[in-house]
Amino acid sequence: MTTATANASRWSRFRESFLWYSFKRDKVAIVSFVVFVLIAAAAFLAPLLAPHDPYDLATINIMNSELPPVWMDGSDPSFPLGTDAQGRDLLSTILYGTRVSLLIGFGAVILQAALGILFGLLAGYLGGRVDSILMRIADVQLSFSTLMVAIIVGAVFKASFGNLMFGEIAIYLLILIIGVAEWPQIARTVRASVLAEKKKEYVDAAKVMGYRTNRIMFRHILPNTLSPIFVIGTVQIANAIISEAALSFLGLGMPETQPSLGSLIKSGFDYIQSGSWWITLIPGLVLVVLVLVINLLGDWLRDVMNPRLYKG
Amino acid sequence: MLAFLVQRIGQAILVMFVISVISFAIQDGLGDPLRQMVGQSVSDAEREQLREDLGLNDPIVVQYARFATNAVQGDLGNSYFYGEPTLDVIMDHLPATLELVIAASLMIIFLSIPIGVYAAIRPRAWLSKFFMGVSTVGISIPVFLTAIVLIQLFSIGVTVDWFPADTGWGQWLNDVFSTDGGMPSYGRGQELTHLFGTWDSNFFSWDGLLHLLLPAVSLASIMLPLFIRLIRAEMMEVLQSDYIRYAQAKGISPWRINFLHALKNTMLPVITVGGVQIGIMVAYTILTETVFQWPGVGLMFLEAITRSDIPLIVAYLMVVGLIFVITNTVVDLVYGLVNPTVKLTGKKA
Repeated sequence: MTTATANASRWSRFRESFLWYSFKRDKVAIVSFVVFVLIAAAAFLAPLLAPHDPYDLATINIMNSELPPVWMDGSDPSFPLGTDAQGRDLLSTILYGTRVSLLIGFGAVILQAALGILFGLLAGYLGGRVDSILMRIADVQLSFSTLMVAIIVGAVFKASFGNLMFGEIAIYLLILIIGVAEWPQIARTVRASVLAEKKKEYVDAAKVMGYRTNRIMFRHILPNTLSPIFVIGTVQIANAIISEAALSFLGLGMPETQPSLGSLIKSGFDYIQSGSWWITLIPGLVLVVLVLVINLLGDWLRDVMNPRLYKG
Repeated sequence: MLAFLVQRIGQAILVMFVISVISFAIQDGLGDPLRQMVGQSVSDAEREQLREDLGLNDPIVVQYARFATNAVQGDLGNSYFYGEPTLDVIMDHLPATLELVIAASLMIIFLSIPIGVYAAIRPRAWLSKFFMGVSTVGISIPVFLTAIVLIQLFSIGVTVDWFPADTGWGQWLNDVFSTDGGMPSYGRGQELTHLFGTWDSNFFSWDGLLHLLLPAVSLASIMLPLFIRLIRAEMMEVLQSDYIRYAQAKGISPWRINFLHALKNTMLPVITVGGVQIGIMVAYTILTETVFQWPGVGLMFLEAITRSDIPLIVAYLMVVGLIFVITNTVVDLVYGLVNPTVKLTGKKA
């Protein structure tokens, strides 16, 4: 009973909030959100929606390989977007691939948010030597570009695990690689807002009341730094999906048997010279639309929450 | 200034030390060198002897010291695949990558400054909105996808017959939208001009420039939106400042204000971000070179990974690390020279 009323009031508070108000008035945000929800829903319902199961080798027929999409000559109506070089239905592979890409994108951002929040809070609140060591590491890592770090770590993992082993645990490894490569972005943002927050009176009050440092950091300061984390986290999902696609395109990511959007683009690229552009360009289009709507949502969030992020 | 210089160089050396430790750890952790060198018929005693001779049983610090001494002297071991010193292999491939980066940087500089300044001066013009829209979309397109689309459009070519071909205008529209293809999309071409050492250049022949065009455009496409947005944002802020208003009040021509007074201060942050980004472009060359089979260090690195050519991987890390560290240090120093206020913050940190 009490939780029900709490939920209702929370919902009505949300309905009256500035966030919802500005969302309703922003057409770009609404369209992006709808497109994102559609893609995400289609991807996660892939086992129900997909006409074929791309993981089931028994249903694949090599005779069906490189069929074009239905609007072109020589197509087969049971493969709406055509087939890839192994004869897998492209629509089904894209649905499953988007699911893999989204999983890695969200997983990597959760990991980097955990690392970034922890290190950002420590650096910002404790200051001193902890701060300068952590931020120096972040500087160095950022100056190397996160993509470079991810490629190097991916290469080392691949060399040490071997191809087969790497393929089996690729999802977890990619989440780990991208999460570790990108943590400085979030850590810097968190540190900046912690520096602003820790001068405020409520922190002094908490100290006077004798709360331990951990409690002040995580229960008092952290909630007040959440809005920039949301903004940068949204953009980072898009970045993580691109990084995953790049790694898979280089052959350091998802194997062909369990493709993500990036490895679909990679496997299609080998056939582009023979005229089968759809194998690479249709997954590419899905990837671009997915990343674009997430970026647009991130832009909108930044305008609404207006943390001073993009400076210098 | 001297303190600033010393501090930055000290930092650069520290970073190179960390990179060398990581590289050494990779070299040490990946595989057993003995397995690469000897066959199965070698007995355990001989293996142990060889291990001792090669110094593989030495303490890890001694092994690292040897690695570092050799590295400083320019000896990073021999590549398994090429069978020659890894540094020579890298030096053979480096010019191709550098030319790609130079060409892409030139494109970025000559496109982003006019577009960024224009978008800042006339934020409401439809052309600025168009450029900003394109750059938002551009940020969302991964570089390898741009490259693939360019290949499909300009190398393979597209025939369009969306419009009725029997009418004059339909045929004309079909011709407008279709491309004949035929742009080179593979390698550097044959007509390279030999400059000095191992440097073969693409810049001095028509064929070379044609081969360079698509890779350079796709490499530039990843950074261009970022630079346009950055220049626009900085320029808009500068245009709000008092000295610009004063210049406007004095009746100085808008052209002179925008390009002489405002642009100068806009470029300060652009230099720092820009310099670092051009270093970062080296990372993106791995992707571009893979798509276009451009024989630079990026492609070489990727092939080294597939061949498990560990000395070459390690050497690449060291060289690229050095490039990053040098660009960052130079950018810092240049920024310190053009913007004297930075020295104060430099001391504090």
